[in-house]
Amino acid sequence: MTTRSAIRAAAAVALVLAVPALAQDLNLPRQKVELVAPPFVHPHEQVTKEGPKIMEFRLTAEEKQIVIDDQGTKLQAMTFNGAIPGPMMVVHQGDYVEVTLVNPATNSMAHNIDFHSATGASGGGDLTLINPGEEVVFRWKATRTGVFVYHCIPGGVGPMVPWHIASGMSGTVMVLPRDGLKDRDGKPLHYDRIYYLGEQDFYVPRDAKGKFKTYDTHIDAFADTRDTMRKLIPTHVVFNGSVGALTGKNAMLAKVGETVLIVHSQVDRDSRPHLVGGHGDYVWESGKFSNPPETDLETWFIRGGSAGAALYKFLQPGVYAYVNHNMIEAFELGATAHFKVEGAWNSDLTAQVRAPEPVGVTSSLR
Amino acid sequence: MMPGSRPLGLPTGQPRSAGVKLLAASTVLAAALVVAVFAVVPGQGPKPARVALPDLVEIQAGTFHHRAAGEFLQDGKPVTAPLVTIAIKRTLAVMRHQVTAADYQRCVEAEACLAVERDEAVPDLPVVKVSWRDAHAYASWLSRATGVPFRLPTDEEWAYAAAGRFRDDALPDTGGDPGQRALALYDRDMSREDRSDQRPRPIGSFGTNENGLLDVAGNVWEWTDTCYARRAIGARGDVTTTNVNCGVRVVEGRHRTYMADFIGDARGGGCSTSAPPSNLGFRLVRDTDPPRKLLAEVRRFFALLI
Repeated sequence: MTTRSAIRAAAAVALVLAVPALAQDLNLPRQKVELVAPPFVHPHEQVTKEGPKIMEFRLTAEEKQIVIDDQGTKLQAMTFNGAIPGPMMVVHQGDYVEVTLVNPATNSMAHNIDFHSATGASGGGDLTLINPGEEVVFRWKATRTGVFVYHCIPGGVGPMVPWHIASGMSGTVMVLPRDGLKDRDGKPLHYDRIYYLGEQDFYVPRDAKGKFKTYDTHIDAFADTRDTMRKLIPTHVVFNGSVGALTGKNAMLAKVGETVLIVHSQVDRDSRPHLVGGHGDYVWESGKFSNPPETDLETWFIRGGSAGAALYKFLQPGVYAYVNHNMIEAFELGATAHFKVEGAWNSDLTAQVRAPEPVGVTSSLR
Repeated sequence: MMPGSRPLGLPTGQPRSAGVKLLAASTVLAAALVVAVFAVVPGQGPKPARVALPDLVEIQAGTFHHRAAGEFLQDGKPVTAPLVTIAIKRTLAVMRHQVTAADYQRCVEAEACLAVERDEAVPDLPVVKVSWRDAHAYASWLSRATGVPFRLPTDEEWAYAAAGRFRDDALPDTGGDPGQRALALYDRDMSREDRSDQRPRPIGSFGTNENGLLDVAGNVWEWTDTCYARRAIGARGDVTTTNVNCGVRVVEGRHRTYMADFIGDARGGGCSTSAPPSNLGFRLVRDTDPPRKLLAEVRRFFALLI
């Protein structure tokens, strides 16, 4: 029996045990949402006056080879909708989230999803495990507010959970309070733009000479990749799937005076987001909006396996690096994104009082 | 002493009371020269292994307009580097191609150069992942091994030899607004050509320029001997102060950049907002300066005696 057929057989057994979930019993309005690739987020209301709805999303598991750095290193990636991280889904508290998960026949493995926002059934993992060529519909009620990770968790089919996750299969759900975000005193908070960054650690095996190896198929890559993962030293730590995915032409844009909500997820490892030259005006470090946001942070903390959110109003134009402030990961492994901010300079906030000059020149004149 | 009023010819920071030191230095230099002269006479002590002269292209002396390297400030604000007229006073003999991994390996085997990673040492490819210090060590070794003095080119010499392949990507003035300047720098750096294929390619892959040099401004950048400098300029463009940092050298290629002299691999960044060179390598020029330097030392030596 080949590896692939073994995986499929195991998946089929797991599915027999799953309970079919039918969504016809709810008499609520439905809204179909077209997902967009990160760092962008589909259009949504921040405050809603409408009642709960069934929010429909479609996620497709895509196995594909991607390039993850500017040296051409190739990864046998696994994605939701082709993106790393998977697209963000935004709903309001009390809404029902109804996800159609598709596993195209061209894939080689079974996939499923665990939504950290969902309650029971392994977050959906137990009810969504599907083989290549299948699709499944899963629904859950968004009872708690915040930003929550989702990820593949195909535990029923062998020791593959961390591999699927470290290959890119995670994303984020944002459940907003129906009356929007608030500060600790209950004052409403609003954002002009939202950006969504998924930080991802990759473990690409190396050959005897230390060069990154390339594999023809995912299954070919499995054993070496697992050995590399077990050492817990990533070869890459990147935002949105590759080194430089959010820099240069793909840098995130903002204007002075605009307030930006930055959602940051890290499914595996801890991270320490820092905006070089900026701050976190309001930060839900653990990502859950029922807790009062912390204010004026320099660096915040994203626990591995969670998402956090930071609200910041840009006050000065220029280029801002958004980094994991373990600077080794930022500079050497790739965890850097850039904001390009247009606007007028405010010399009251920042100024070069004297340009560089030889030591002691001006002071000797005083 | 005020900046700008420093007498010409005296190195920065050199106190006038350094005559004794200078004398000592000259004596050492003269002694070294004597030793060197004897060393190349057959039968006198260990003879260095004969190494063939590299393939050199001779470019006639001339003048050209050049975008000065380094940073320039006017009224405390960064301004576009001035276009200056440079005279190359004598024939410039420059290596036709970049130093190859095989060339460099001979220096390693002579224990005069540090080894580079084995994977970078494919014989017919340009040597890469070499720092300025590595290049400097190679030049010293090659000079000894051939009996002909070699050194890295200055930024001006490199540009003269590169001719049409020199890229002037000076940033327009941004009026001293730090935000606008940061954005302009970022846009310039990020609009540079696709860097997806960074692997060094065999000598000649990037063609010949009008001077007959191979692979100028290909995907291997080249070290120069020019130190990074910040200069303040007055209203007429006259330099009023200069601050030189020779721990950072000018690197030339598809674009000009500045690199700490011990860095051999400019990649691996990702956070810095500039686009680093894909590879660091070098080519050398035949040094026609030492006689002049020696002459100056001799003059100084006698001047001190008088």
